[in-house]
Amino acid sequence: MLSRRVIPCLDVRDGRVVKGVRFRDHVVMGEIVDLALRYRDEGADELVFYDITASPEGRSVDRGWVEKVARVIDIPFCVAGGIRSVDEARAVLHAGADKISVNSPALERPALIDELAAAFGVQCVVVGIDSLRDTDGEWRVRQYTGDPAKTQALSRRTLDWMVEAQQRGAGEIVLNCMGSDGVRRGYDLEQLSAARAICRVPLVASGGAGAPEHFRDAFVEADVDGALAASVFHSGAIAIPALKEYLQAQGVAVRRIP
Amino acid sequence: MSVVLVDAGGTNIGSVRYALQRLGVDAALTADAATIRAADKVILPGVGAAGPGMARLHELGLVELLRSLQQPVLGVCLGMQLLCAHSEEGGTECLGLIPAPVRRFTEAPGLRVPHMGWNRLSVRRPHPLLAGLGDDDQAYFVHSYAVPVGDWTLATADYGGAFSAVIAHGNFHGMQFHPERSAAVGARLLKNFLEL
Repeated sequence: MLSRRVIPCLDVRDGRVVKGVRFRDHVVMGEIVDLALRYRDEGADELVFYDITASPEGRSVDRGWVEKVARVIDIPFCVAGGIRSVDEARAVLHAGADKISVNSPALERPALIDELAAAFGVQCVVVGIDSLRDTDGEWRVRQYTGDPAKTQALSRRTLDWMVEAQQRGAGEIVLNCMGSDGVRRGYDLEQLSAARAICRVPLVASGGAGAPEHFRDAFVEADVDGALAASVFHSGAIAIPALKEYLQAQGVAVRRIP
Repeated sequence: MSVVLVDAGGTNIGSVRYALQRLGVDAALTADAATIRAADKVILPGVGAAGPGMARLHELGLVELLRSLQQPVLGVCLGMQLLCAHSEEGGTECLGLIPAPVRRFTEAPGLRVPHMGWNRLSVRRPHPLLAGLGDDDQAYFVHSYAVPVGDWTLATADYGGAFSAVIAHGNFHGMQFHPERSAAVGARLLKNFLEL
C-alpha cells in the first residue's frame, strides 16, 4: 500500500532556509544541506525546496545548492523557483533534483506545463498553486507570492486552474492555501477536499500545519497524498518520528524507519 | 570493479551516480560501446517515456550491444521497462531481454496515476539482489506504467493490485522504484547488485 508522504518544505533565500508568517517577514532558519540531512535522518519522505525570491526577481533557481543536496540526500526532492523554460528545468533536473515545481511562470505562460511534460514526463512536473479565498467566497490564484510587494491576485479560479494544469501535464499538484499558511490552525480541509474531488494526480496539502492532528485530518478527511509543512518542523514543534508514530496509530499508512 | 552508467539521456543519471559514490564506487557515465562491453556491471537508469528512451538507444547504436551483454545489468525505473519486451507507452518495442510486458496503471477511485511515493516491497522469490530486505522496507516509486507479476518477478508492491517491483531474467535485472532515492533500503539493494 502506498504510504502518505510527510514533506518538510524548505523556503530558500540567498542560499539559506527561511520562513515567514503568511508568506511575509522571513527569518533565517538554517543552512540548506544541514536541514536537509536532519529531515532525511528523521524519516522525511521527500523534501521540497522553494527558491522563494527567484520568480519575483525574474531569475531561475541557483543550481549550486541543488547539486550539493543531490550528492548527500538519498530521498526524493523537488525544486521550485522561477523555472520558466525546458532548458532551465533540465539544468535543475540534471543537477540532481527529482522533480521541478512551477508556479508563477506557469501562470504567465501555461504552455510551459505542456513543454515540461513532453520533455521529461509528467512524473517530473509539479504545479504549485497559491490560493486565497476572496470576499465573494471564490478561491482564486495568487502570483509572485515570494515577495508581498509583487504578489498579484488573479481572476483565475483555483479549481479551474487545477483542471487545466492536469490537462496540460501536471504529474502532481501542491495546493498552498495561503489563508491558513504559517498560522498553525490546520490545513484548509474545505479547499483541499474540493481540490481532491477534481484532482486525478497526487495532491499535496500545504499551509497551516500546527499539530499532528492536522496531518491526520488532511490525510483522512481531505484524502491528500502528501502533507507539506515548514515552521513546525524547523522549530522542532513537531518531530517527524513522533508524527509518524501518531499517524500509524490513527490508521494512516506511513513509512517508518528503524 | 568497473561500473558504467549508460548515458541514454535520463535525468536521474546524476542521482544514480551520487548514490553509487556514497557506496564508494565511481561509475563512469558513457555511451561508448567498448567501455560498456568491458564493464563488470552495467546500469541503465532512465526517466521519461519509453518511445523516446528506445529511440535514444537506437540513435546511440546501443541496442544490439545491450542485447549481447553477459555481465550483470540493472535497469532502473524506465531503464527497467526498456529491458522488457514491449511497452503500452506509445506502443514501443523494447529490448526484449526480460520477457515481460509493460502496462499502464488503470486509474480508479483513490488510485492516482502516476503512482508516486513510498510503497512496501514484498519478496516473491529469494534472490541475492534482495539480500537483507526486511518485511517493512519501502522504496520510492514514480511511474505510470508497470510490469505485471510473472515468472520474472522477484518482489512486488501493491497499488490497486500487485505489480513487479524487482524483476530478473538471467543476467538482466530491473528495479521499478528509484534505489538512488530510497534511503537505506535503496542503498542496500544497489550494494547487492554491485556484489552479484
